[in-house]
Amino acid sequence: MSAPDTSTSLGASPSTGDGELNPLRAAIAPRQRPARPSALANALTFGWRALLKIKHVPEQLFDVTLTPIIFTLMFTYLFGGAIAGDVRTYLQFLLPGILVQTVLIITVYTGFTLNTDITKGVFDRFRSLPVWRPAPVVGALLGDTVRYTVASVITLGLGFILGFRAGGGIVGVLLGVGLLLVFAFSISWIFTSLGLVMRSPNAVMGTSMLVLMPLTFASNIFVRPETMPSFLQTWVDLNPVSHLVTAVRGLMAGTATFSQVAWVLIASAAITAVAAPITMRLYRTRS
Amino acid sequence: MTNDLAVEAHGLVKHFGTTKAVDGIDLAVRTGTVYGVLGPNGAGKTTAVRILATLIRPDAGTATVLGHDVRHEADAVRSLIGLTGQFASVDEDLTGTENLVLIARLYGFSRAAARARAAELLHAFELDEAADRSVKTFSGGMHRRIDLAASMVISPRVLFLDEPTTGLDPRSRTQVWDIIRVLVDDGATVLLTTQYLEEADTLADRIAVIDHGKVIAEGTASELKASVGSGSVHLRLSDASQRLLAQEVMTRTLGVPVLLGTDTSALSARIGRARDATALLPDLLDAGIDVAEVSLGQPSLDEVFMALTGHPAESDDDPAEEVA
Repeated sequence: MSAPDTSTSLGASPSTGDGELNPLRAAIAPRQRPARPSALANALTFGWRALLKIKHVPEQLFDVTLTPIIFTLMFTYLFGGAIAGDVRTYLQFLLPGILVQTVLIITVYTGFTLNTDITKGVFDRFRSLPVWRPAPVVGALLGDTVRYTVASVITLGLGFILGFRAGGGIVGVLLGVGLLLVFAFSISWIFTSLGLVMRSPNAVMGTSMLVLMPLTFASNIFVRPETMPSFLQTWVDLNPVSHLVTAVRGLMAGTATFSQVAWVLIASAAITAVAAPITMRLYRTRS
Repeated sequence: MTNDLAVEAHGLVKHFGTTKAVDGIDLAVRTGTVYGVLGPNGAGKTTAVRILATLIRPDAGTATVLGHDVRHEADAVRSLIGLTGQFASVDEDLTGTENLVLIARLYGFSRAAARARAAELLHAFELDEAADRSVKTFSGGMHRRIDLAASMVISPRVLFLDEPTTGLDPRSRTQVWDIIRVLVDDGATVLLTTQYLEEADTLADRIAVIDHGKVIAEGTASELKASVGSGSVHLRLSDASQRLLAQEVMTRTLGVPVLLGTDTSALSARIGRARDATALLPDLLDAGIDVAEVSLGQPSLDEVFMALTGHPAESDDDPAEEVA
């Protein structure tokens, strides 16, 4: 073993280090600790981390911005004439649904990001810290709302340019987006569970898409269920995404009923009540 | 329970499926010392550290860190420890400063105090110029230093370092060793795992050798070495056909068993003292044996393992260790 070279080493050898002047010694000396922060403060700190990651890796906003543009243009002009007779009429029907589909697809990133943390090696660091246990997950979900918001603004902006008109006005649009965010937050817990179980980020992505496909396509997003075979109608009626789309459409058109909105809120609460504890249990016991 | 033990473990067991990653480990680490856990890949080192750092629960056995049970008082343990390892690194997308501010904020530092603490640590670990760079652009040595800095934001009393120098160049390794020495000099306790006998020898006050999830030897470095002889002599011959003759000469001169290597022209023997080997060369020359290469060495981890277990320290990666 070569002797520590004083010109390149940190000059921290215990026998020669000067306690007053050695920055390493000073930096690691025992010190007073701050008071433990609140659970909310912990979660917000992790939310800040999620924003920093968007700042450093802006590519992760590419699909958040491009997917809604492609989906909206493609489906509007592809199906518009065939389904509704003209593009403009179809857009009134489609846009709230496309908004829902876009945001739900982005929820997959929550599980993907969590799994990346595990495979890249920060996960154990966070778990070894004395913080509120759900904070890393809740913080990541808070950070994700930025993505949802960006995607919502782009989809709606494009929709208005193409001729979408919301009967419910700006309040209706905001309530619709708000309801969608509540549902997205709850369904994210399912993907965080997958993120903790799966072996690689890509496996999380694949499996989550498999879950999302029947939920989004076999729904009332693109067409009215009346023309579907009865078994599919049954599924579409059970599908929580259909209820969400109905409520968001209703809010934006200004025709939503209390029960439509309540159904979504109750479903969101139920999904969170089941999936959040599963995620937290997996988080605590993951080896 | 003795008060001067920083880490104490009794009969720790952890299974992953049918693999016994940890199979009844006892440890006792005195406060203010460096304790080395030495073993090959897949021996159960990482799993043992992760149990002690509250990341996984043992299937059986108990462990305490500074008197707090890792299972029932996990939060108290977490507030006293620092952890650095392959899966306890930092966020590669963020800068050095951002990573340290993040951790300081999680401990409850105010925004300004977190920034000041981050700057202080970056300076102390000679990372000033990398403060605003993404960690993914760091060299191996810098990466390990930011990992260490991240586990010292609150000056932990017990530090767990899982293979802190694996993959580092010699200069970076020396830097990490210096950091560990300063830490312990200041009264902290360090438990480190390593695959390198030399590292355990240089740093650790006591060493536990682990194999297949069990502690197979424990003691100071000199105690362990005494148990395997202080070193060995290795020979390589120009002419492989002379090997049996050379073996005869060596056995006679040294008075110890001589092992034949897998290389058909190589032989080695464990010797008590290096000077025992000085008589060997003249004897070999007298016998007309053409020696291509002679080397003297400390017992390697392989030899320690050979002596303690009867099998080499093969690096058959245990899949459980990989995912653990």
